Amino acid sequence: MNTTRRQTLGLIGAGALAAATSSLLSRQARAATKITVLNWQGYGTDEAWALKAFTEKTGIEVVHDYFSSEPEMLTKLRTNPGVYDVVLINSARSQQAASEGLISPIDFSKVPNATGLSPELKNHANLQLDGKTNGVSWVWGITSLAITEGSPKPDSYAALGDPAHKGRVALFDDAVTGVAIGALLSGQDMNNPKDLAVVTEKLKAFKPNIKLLWSSEDEWNKAFAAKEFDLSIFWSGAAVRSKRNSKLPVEFVVPKEGGIGWLDSLSVPATSTNPDAGLAFINYMIDPDFYFQWATKVGAPASANAAAMEKLPADDLNRVIHKPEYLKTMTIQSALPDDRREAFNNLWQEVKAFYAA
Amino acid sequence: MQPEAVSASTTRGPEGSRARPGIPGWLATLVLLLPTYGWLFIAVLLPLCTMFVFSFMNATPMGKAPIVFTLRQYQVFSTQPYLLGIAWTSLLMGFWTTFACAVLGFFAALALARATIGRTRETLLILILLPFWTNGLVRIFSWTMVLREGGFLDDVLHWVWPGAGSIGFLYTRSAIVVGLVHGYLPYMILTCYIALVTIDDAIIEAAASLGARWWTILFRILIPMAAPGLISGAVLTFVPVLGSFMEPRILGGRVGVTMGTVIEDQFTQAFNWPLGAALSFTMLAVVLAIFATFSGVLRRGSGAVA
Repeated sequence: MNTTRRQTLGLIGAGALAAATSSLLSRQARAATKITVLNWQGYGTDEAWALKAFTEKTGIEVVHDYFSSEPEMLTKLRTNPGVYDVVLINSARSQQAASEGLISPIDFSKVPNATGLSPELKNHANLQLDGKTNGVSWVWGITSLAITEGSPKPDSYAALGDPAHKGRVALFDDAVTGVAIGALLSGQDMNNPKDLAVVTEKLKAFKPNIKLLWSSEDEWNKAFAAKEFDLSIFWSGAAVRSKRNSKLPVEFVVPKEGGIGWLDSLSVPATSTNPDAGLAFINYMIDPDFYFQWATKVGAPASANAAAMEKLPADDLNRVIHKPEYLKTMTIQSALPDDRREAFNNLWQEVKAFYAA
Repeated sequence: MQPEAVSASTTRGPEGSRARPGIPGWLATLVLLLPTYGWLFIAVLLPLCTMFVFSFMNATPMGKAPIVFTLRQYQVFSTQPYLLGIAWTSLLMGFWTTFACAVLGFFAALALARATIGRTRETLLILILLPFWTNGLVRIFSWTMVLREGGFLDDVLHWVWPGAGSIGFLYTRSAIVVGLVHGYLPYMILTCYIALVTIDDAIIEAAASLGARWWTILFRILIPMAAPGLISGAVLTFVPVLGSFMEPRILGGRVGVTMGTVIEDQFTQAFNWPLGAALSFTMLAVVLAIFATFSGVLRRGSGAVA
């Protein structure tokens, strides 16, 4: 047999190809336990100690990709099918994502820790589409009232217009929050108030009391520390930080109309190649043990898992401020169509101009 | 831009002298001007045109919503009449800031130009510019500490006059004007200073020796001759003040609503870029109209330079 050099080369090539294929296959077999999570940076899922513990327990390796705005998150899901296995979605966007076929319904039999989820959050309408739940509730928070410690607790948002607080009130400079307060105060659905004129009137009535419109947590802390105001609209998570880190005498109060809530959920993209591993990771994220460490060592929003909240010490600020009964009266922000958002923004500009005049 | 500049300069070097007749003058001019105009085109004209096109759209051109061209954004002053009040407030604030800058800046520049010489003058000029190098946000936040009730201003007052009330005026229009004047004063000082140092001492000496009192010298000689500096300083101050949003937001509290903050809200909060763009171009038209009204004065001012 007269083997030519070309044949030899061909043989070597085929051998190399076979070797490469087998190594590729084995790598793929190992890669079956690697998942990609899409989230905000530094938001719980990428804590190094947690990922290490998770990989040790399950053998699943976790890598991250980040987004810097919610529209960017949706764009990444649309343009990169098959890349992500877990995605964080603000529940206000869940229906949109589900109706576009970006995320799949959750098989709760694979998320054993979900039994501890607060029922108000687990089955919240924001997560539902066609009778199926498309995300696992993860963390939540409230925007409501904050008052100087020791003052009488307000029982209604009407306190913002109470002459007792003349010139001592701060509002959050945000159209959606502003409209929500006016809507709750006039007994309307804050996500779709029918009578915006009444909302405007309610907000304008606060004028003699308004001292300041804050737009960042830092600004709030500085002004509160300088005793610029007594009563304000504030975020529950920020109240925990102001009290714990800055030692400010602030008390968070949710009045009878209920708080303005937000809920972040974890979902599995419809194109995920490892949905089971993704669900295993979500299960770990709502695990009380993980939450306890996250909340006490790093600092976290309130967990949607009631069992996780109960694991915190009874005097933990996070637990004290995020009372489970608030969930019953809280309205969670849902998606806003463009025209409604624009109407809210115009209303808020008008109210601000009225305050300034 | 760099390579073009280099190649243009080499053609003028001694080595390129032989090649010189080959390059027509107009080409050299074009190549030399290209970096400047290219930069102006990319950094000024292109964004401005983009925003102008945006201002006729019905929604921000991102996402899936279809874009329709409309004039609706420009009708906002009639559909939301409260904006007229905001625009008037902004204009008033612009006038007050410019006026305060002009008075303070002119006398500061006068002192600098006439009462100092040599090294001292340079040092003082640097000292005036030095605070300008710190971040504007830091300076504005410092003012909140000075102006708030129980702040630095009150501390000083109580030290001089114990038992006095509070004179802190944070979260008022005056506080915004103070912050803006602090921010834009250096422009006015510099433009006035440049105009004032060119005035010949002999003119003032002649006026004084002929019996002119100080106010005659000020109003008949110094101010008319420094008018170009005052005017360009006023333009440099008035236009940015009209669009300012940081100072009103931080120092104004409840009353800090200006055209600047409304436009900023459209871009950052409301995500309504077309409306923000339309409001910006309306303000631009107002500014141009104001300048056109005073164009006679402006021309006389620039004529004085020539």
